[in-house]
Amino acid sequence: MKLVRAREPFRFFTRLCLTRLTGLKARNLRELLDHLEAAPDTVIYQHTHRFLRQHQYLVPEPPNDFAYWVGNVLVDERLAERLAAIDTLRFSSLEELKRALIGAIGAHLEQHAKGRDVPEGKEFHFMEAIRFSLPTWYEAQDLAGFAGCLRRVGISSLYLHLFEALLSPPLGLNDFATWLVTQLDEKALARRVSGLDPYTHTLEGLRSALVGMVERRLEEISRADS
Amino acid sequence: MPTLEDYRDLVGADTVEELHLLGRRLEGKSVLNVNATAVGGGVAEILSRMVPLLRQLGVDARWEVIKGGEDFHAATKRFHNALHGAAATVTPRDYEVYEVTLQENLAALSLEAGIVFIHDPQPAGLVRERKALGNKWIWRCHIDLSRPDPEVWEFFRAYVKQYDACVFSAPSFARSLEVPQMLIAPSIDPLSDKNRELTPEETGAILERLRIPTDKPIVTQVSRFDRLKDPAGVIEAFRMANASASARLLLVGGPADDDPEGAQVLAEVQERTKGDEDILVLCLPPTSHLEINAIQRASTIILQKSLREGFGLTVTEALWKGKPVIAGAVGGLPLQISHKCSGVLTHSIEGTAYWLRHLLNEPAYAAWLGANGREGVRQHFLLTRQLRDYLLLFAFLESGERDFIHLAGEAVHKGTR
Repeated sequence: MKLVRAREPFRFFTRLCLTRLTGLKARNLRELLDHLEAAPDTVIYQHTHRFLRQHQYLVPEPPNDFAYWVGNVLVDERLAERLAAIDTLRFSSLEELKRALIGAIGAHLEQHAKGRDVPEGKEFHFMEAIRFSLPTWYEAQDLAGFAGCLRRVGISSLYLHLFEALLSPPLGLNDFATWLVTQLDEKALARRVSGLDPYTHTLEGLRSALVGMVERRLEEISRADS
Repeated sequence: MPTLEDYRDLVGADTVEELHLLGRRLEGKSVLNVNATAVGGGVAEILSRMVPLLRQLGVDARWEVIKGGEDFHAATKRFHNALHGAAATVTPRDYEVYEVTLQENLAALSLEAGIVFIHDPQPAGLVRERKALGNKWIWRCHIDLSRPDPEVWEFFRAYVKQYDACVFSAPSFARSLEVPQMLIAPSIDPLSDKNRELTPEETGAILERLRIPTDKPIVTQVSRFDRLKDPAGVIEAFRMANASASARLLLVGGPADDDPEGAQVLAEVQERTKGDEDILVLCLPPTSHLEINAIQRASTIILQKSLREGFGLTVTEALWKGKPVIAGAVGGLPLQISHKCSGVLTHSIEGTAYWLRHLLNEPAYAAWLGANGREGVRQHFLLTRQLRDYLLLFAFLESGERDFIHLAGEAVHKGTR
């Protein structure tokens, strides 16, 4: 089978995080909003992307920490639903994502009082993610090698390249899709990869789906060769 | 002693590879762990596994234990209780004994290491040597500092603020401090006797030896006989759920010889359950790791109806065995359980009764919760995750304490078919 060889190989990285406590906590919606407005990207990342990654073994997983707290602790189902509908992966910057969260809480507070105070011990604790970027040992030069690496890399690496990559240029494209298009000219496969839905698969499920897509493409190439 | 490779099948090859990748970047760095006891207690248990694994990864890890007389241990026990928020009479003499004992240890210990990793309050005061040594210091606090005795906390705060970083097990355990505070949850060792896989034959033999009937599903709470674990509430919830028609309740705890209140609670529990064949109260020696393992594995549902809780590693153990857990929404338990996704969190006896009945009648849902709970522990609460977090913390201190750290690469494996 003749495979296109990439000029630049795909080097798999992984994302590891350490959690830092900020000491800030919210007892009610007003405090949640105030702290959120002052929160840096590290805090937004922790309670959205990191939360999503940590709960990726559940289907359907809780969408973000704010929705989870508002729904399960404040028991404000209307706002929880609204916060849950904010798709972490739709935003190309953490600032935009933060604005969307602030918008939803702010609009809710305009129509309702600050809401009840939760009892001591049930507060929302603001935390930050210290992010570590680490190259793994895996690198792919062509489509077959890419499938081999996908089978082996960690799920943190999959999350990084599939979803967190949406926060970096080129905006709206994940790393796999970008490489498939720019290095292997695999536009149709890249479109299928971009269409993967993180909310209806665990990361292991996504891995299987991804490997399946690449293997089917390899079979097509093999059939075309013969 | 297990090697890192022994964990590969349980935690996944990717987790072990990540540890090796991190280990390469910290190769040769020296890390000295210091605590107050070489055996007994959770800290010594973790260090006895953690230090050899760090060494396998190339980190020059050591472990030292401070020495102290009876008066030092009595004083630090009172400090411990006071920091936990429990009533304790700390005297000026206790502070004096503490200072003198640590000074003696400073003379005897070699604290030459890139990173000095101090565990719990007993050796915290060793940090007075930090300036002279010019190395990095971490304080790992395993206790809940949310409501400490103000005087005792002020005494320790003067030391704690000299550290480069502090580590807590839950967000609510932390204090307002100037130094970076990290959240690193404790973990369980999947290869220990308490958690390793058992064959049905092993489990059956242990249950038979303990005379635990298996004719009905077993609902179990494993905990000290302590009012904060609410054994009376567990009994009431079990009866309220009419669960005896379809299940048997097992209350498993340790002997209470050295704890007058524990003995009283045990007596009350025995009185409450007298003549009830569907409720068994079991007192096991503290070394009964395999027995607890077998009981948890034989259970259909695990309860942890605590009113206050530390991190709650007994729940971690139950979740690891794939059991549906109904737990009080206190302490570190909400960190481990996503309500209705990987277990159930309750706030009352009535809520516990409701969920007990529900899970007994919905075995498929209960099994789904159990499977999610096990996967959650596999990803977040096994020893290898704690090891990874410690390595990241060392890298954070070595890299100038930035928010985004790129750890440089090395040779690659080409993708294989």
